[in-house]
Amino acid sequence: MSKIIIDKNRCKACYLCIKECPKNLIKVSDQTNNLGNRVVEFCDPNGECLGCAMCATRCPDLAITEVYRG
Amino acid sequence: MATQVFKIPEIYRKNAKYTFCPGCDHGVAVRLVAEVLEEMKCAENTIAVCSIGCSVTLYDFLNLDSLEAPHGRALAEATGVKRAKPDKIVFTYQGDGDFASIGLAESMHAALRGENLTAICINNTTYGMTGGQLGPTTILGQVTTTSPTGRNLEYYGYPIKIAEHIALCDGTAFSARVSLDTVPNIRKAKQAIKKAFEVQAKGLGFGFVEILSTCPTNWRMSPDKAHDRVREEMMPVFKPGVYKDITEG
Repeated sequence: MSKIIIDKNRCKACYLCIKECPKNLIKVSDQTNNLGNRVVEFCDPNGECLGCAMCATRCPDLAITEVYRG
Repeated sequence: MATQVFKIPEIYRKNAKYTFCPGCDHGVAVRLVAEVLEEMKCAENTIAVCSIGCSVTLYDFLNLDSLEAPHGRALAEATGVKRAKPDKIVFTYQGDGDFASIGLAESMHAALRGENLTAICINNTTYGMTGGQLGPTTILGQVTTTSPTGRNLEYYGYPIKIAEHIALCDGTAFSARVSLDTVPNIRKAKQAIKKAFEVQAKGLGFGFVEILSTCPTNWRMSPDKAHDRVREEMMPVFKPGVYKDITEG
């Protein structure tokens, strides 16, 4: 199953990844990180992630650290 | 079995965290350089020359041998490094103010001499680190802290189109302008950066890539709107494309 791994402590809440995801699987969470940013989270209850890595390619802060396709 | 399709390049320092503003495209540009060096398997043989501006922090993130040059003199220093160590891959990572304003003489003459170097220039149409002043690439009509009514032609003249100027130099092997506004353009940008390193590795001459980038903080807009601005305002003036490639045809 495809998935992404988000390092919440790198996220600066620019939310560019949210618009990039073709399946709208990235959402603003209700958590804040060490920097005080309201971070994003990956919600994929139905296993829709394509593993396209567009979010990771877009992320300017290396917060999406790994993407798996399969 | 899931295969890994994306990971952080190994040449990043452990737990490196960017100090750039949220949504700044510098982060993507640094990653592309890191990915290219990793793909070419030449990170251990590479020397980076950093400039002044937001781009200076490159050496905080990448595990490369690096030097810090005075403002604008990155390519002059890189010339010395490359001539002393011709077997090394030497590149500079500069902003537009550093490359095309205070460092224009160094940059142009490095290209004219055909130095075997790679230069990456981030064009965000403003001086980002110092608070968003008018720079050499500020577009006509653009409001900055030092041109509050917009850049006007009579007073400030035209912005410089760096990639075209560098392409006119006889020593240049590769000159291109790329953008980071969409994912497909980010992938094209990586190919251009790779080409700029390859011409150096083959000893063909000066490799140059100008990267259109955002500065959401000083443009006073959201990161998403900043990418719209790159598309709508910057790309009609600074047209992306390959302006010189001596390996083609």
